[in-house]
Amino acid sequence: MEGNVVTVSATAGDAITFPRLLEKHAVERGNRPAIREKNLGIWQTYTWLQVREEVEALAGGMAALGFQRGDNLAVIGDNRPRLYWAMMAAQCLGGVPVPLYQDAVAQEMVYVLQDADVKFAIVEDQEQVDKLLEVLPQCAALKYLVYDDPRGLRNYQQPQLLSYERLITLGREFNTRHPSHFCDQIAQGNPADVAVMLYTSGTTGKPKGVSHTHTALIHTANVLVEFDGISETDDLLCYLPMAWVGDFLYSYGQAYVTGLCLNCPESTDTVMQCLCEIGPTYYFAPPRVYENILTQVMIRIEDANPLKRRMFRYFIDVARRVGINVLDGKSGIGLIDRMLYAVGELMVYGPLKNVLGLSRIRVAYTGGEAIGPDLFNFYRSMGINLKQLYGMTETCVTVCMQKSGDVKLGTVGAPMPGVEVRLAENGEVLVRSPGMMKEYHGQPEATKSVINAEGFFLTGDAGFFDADGHLIIIDRAKDVGRLAEGSLFAPKYIENKLKFFPYIKEAVAFGDQRKHVTAMINIDGAALGDWAERRNLGYSGYADLAAKSEVYKLIRECIEKVNLDLAADPKLATSQIARFVILHKELDADDGELTRTRKVRRNIIAEKYAVIVDALYSDVDHCEIEAAMKFEDGRSGVVRADLRIGSAKTVVSPEPSVRRKAA
Amino acid sequence: MGENAVAHNSSNSAGLDTDTKSTRSQIGEVILALENISLAFGGVQALSDISFDVREHEIRAIIGPNGAGKSSMLNVINGVYHPQQGTIFFKGEKRHQMNPHKVASQGVARTFQNIALFKGMSVLDNLMTGRNLMMKTGILQQALYWGATQREELAHRAKIEEIIDFLEIQAIRKTPVGRLPYGLQKRVELGRALAAEPTMLLLDEPMAGMNVEEKQDMCRFVLDVNEEYGTTIVLIEHDMGVVMDISDRVVVLDYGKKIGDGEPDEVRNNQAVIDAYLGVQH
Repeated sequence: MEGNVVTVSATAGDAITFPRLLEKHAVERGNRPAIREKNLGIWQTYTWLQVREEVEALAGGMAALGFQRGDNLAVIGDNRPRLYWAMMAAQCLGGVPVPLYQDAVAQEMVYVLQDADVKFAIVEDQEQVDKLLEVLPQCAALKYLVYDDPRGLRNYQQPQLLSYERLITLGREFNTRHPSHFCDQIAQGNPADVAVMLYTSGTTGKPKGVSHTHTALIHTANVLVEFDGISETDDLLCYLPMAWVGDFLYSYGQAYVTGLCLNCPESTDTVMQCLCEIGPTYYFAPPRVYENILTQVMIRIEDANPLKRRMFRYFIDVARRVGINVLDGKSGIGLIDRMLYAVGELMVYGPLKNVLGLSRIRVAYTGGEAIGPDLFNFYRSMGINLKQLYGMTETCVTVCMQKSGDVKLGTVGAPMPGVEVRLAENGEVLVRSPGMMKEYHGQPEATKSVINAEGFFLTGDAGFFDADGHLIIIDRAKDVGRLAEGSLFAPKYIENKLKFFPYIKEAVAFGDQRKHVTAMINIDGAALGDWAERRNLGYSGYADLAAKSEVYKLIRECIEKVNLDLAADPKLATSQIARFVILHKELDADDGELTRTRKVRRNIIAEKYAVIVDALYSDVDHCEIEAAMKFEDGRSGVVRADLRIGSAKTVVSPEPSVRRKAA
Repeated sequence: MGENAVAHNSSNSAGLDTDTKSTRSQIGEVILALENISLAFGGVQALSDISFDVREHEIRAIIGPNGAGKSSMLNVINGVYHPQQGTIFFKGEKRHQMNPHKVASQGVARTFQNIALFKGMSVLDNLMTGRNLMMKTGILQQALYWGATQREELAHRAKIEEIIDFLEIQAIRKTPVGRLPYGLQKRVELGRALAAEPTMLLLDEPMAGMNVEEKQDMCRFVLDVNEEYGTTIVLIEHDMGVVMDISDRVVVLDYGKKIGDGEPDEVRNNQAVIDAYLGVQH
């Protein structure tokens, strides 16, 4: 790809590492807020100077316990300042932080702890301590286990355990004995060193540790900062898992590159309230978060008084008509429409954005999954600059991003400055960028298999460029299959279309080498529960709701709409859904059906529910299923159900002459 | 090295951490002793000749079938009911009956079988009512909200925030209690009792009507209260798993009479207790 003129500031050339950026901020903006945390109901602010002091003490403590260059530090917990500082402390000492997903069960952590040869771990609370103690016998290398919140741990006697406060005390003692150790270690840091190891959630097989260097991360963060004009006055809310590359890059990376302020919510349950209190200026959320917000708004509007309801509907219509054009600064909007939109901003959009904590948003991103057109347009029409991006852990995300003012639904934007994107013959997207990972930790073979001789990373996604050079992703390349008669079958494309309906939470489409397409549907318990309530439809729980014939009818209507939509596209007209089933339980990462980032594992589902798949491709109208499921407390049980198979109308594709031009 | 303990933890089917029981703050002297308590409502003999004691820092469970007199017992300790016979020793003081107000100011707080919160008030305000006995300023000062009152309120609020953090109810701080699900209301009620910084906590069926997960959370909180604050806990509970897991000693009532008393294992194997629960052929 040619012609990207955005230049990247020269910091990348000066042997910059994250610890040196910390030193820089402590000098340049020592008294500006670096990170905030809501504690006991009050936002506590830490300045860059305080952060530096804390990190120095932490690093001292770790050094006192024998943490050396090249050692790995496991970090497990919600987004807490102390955990971010621990990551920095590890980097200062020339070590590598390895954040883990905090909701992973103990056995899932074993692999990472072993693979990364973790000697030190810092965790948030008793829950994480218990998990690590459980797998301690399998992780012989793990010598020290530091906890932030001492609650419930008073009588734990394990010699590995150490409180955060104790570590700091040790560190202060160590630093008085070795006053220059901290600075020496930072000076020894090399930009080509690994800065962080992020384990991929592993849609297939064991997770792999993606090693990124300081250079790659800082370069990429700089590109992001230039792309959207981020500065030290911006505010971010850190609420996505620390183990996810996005949090490392957007929160940690951007904060250290610009000196902006991170904000840590009080708890995972209070994210929406904290969002409202902080009013971040930059926001990233997967589509489902935007969807949840919208669903809640709609539910609450339904409960509002008739006057408010009518006002809301009227102005949302106005926004739908002109909002996006106003946002994109397009000309040709009538005076009356402009005035109506301004009134709407005053009466509806402004107050609504304020309640949602989105009133100060300058840039909002979404990615990871396709976002529904209604959803995307809703936010944009309200004046929120929501954009899509595309990328993966291995490339520091940042492959394609939509540029403000040049946003096209259905695409993920044009390649970023410095990023080369190429399409392989089978449609697979290949990427070469300065943000490329160094390697998969300890797996040279795996590394070789994804980075080709020319240095291009094989993303495994299938896609194509549209006329304006924007990339469109349709599915995983390996999942793109063929129906028995040979036409294209892109399951994810179909699933996404289904998921755009508020009542459908997850969908799994089957059809590769089959005569037609079928789908498993996971209803959205909350949205459908509300729908049922409004219709006085009694139900006793999720499974009961999922089996209601009214629900089957509703879902069938949704599917038929999708079929109509698919019929319009000549390439995909054969992929219409003929039969479907509504699952009696929610697909869950704990049962291995979703990844930790909540992507469906199609093959595992196909295996686990083979009975259902067989039934979908036979003539029977119901099937019995037994499924093992894991409860949240770690116990497992078996759930039995008798599921009904529904069938949906398919549409005969219109004649070529009247076919709509495919997008 | 606590590997055994660790293995035990994870294999515990209810997921309750029973280890803390053996290692937590030392159980002390008798703090409350009830001797030969009898209570009757007209012709109904609710309690007859019951004696047992509660030691400092322990978790003491009262169990028994429906109508055994468990809640009545709690009400006697609390001073709501006045027994016709018997004596009560509380913190070394001997008396014939307790007085609710006095008992509360001596550090006894309780929760109720049927939630008794102010439904229209926020969680925060409900918890603040738990500090009522500790507010020193007068009504006039409070109306003006100035000087000492303001300082006092801030101090109380700080304490309440600790409790909110302890019970992990930050997200519902400002939600009216009436809008909360049952399990959370129970938790808020525990919070209000904790707000009084009690030395003894009386819990009347804290887990009634909860699902497995809510019960586990509640057990966790009860154990944590006992461990962190050293609070003595007297609880009535129907879930035997919970009782056997978290309590140090158990007293069993049936038809107003004491039929068993001792550590969970002893009580579990007591024939009279088994008969009372499973029934016996006459």
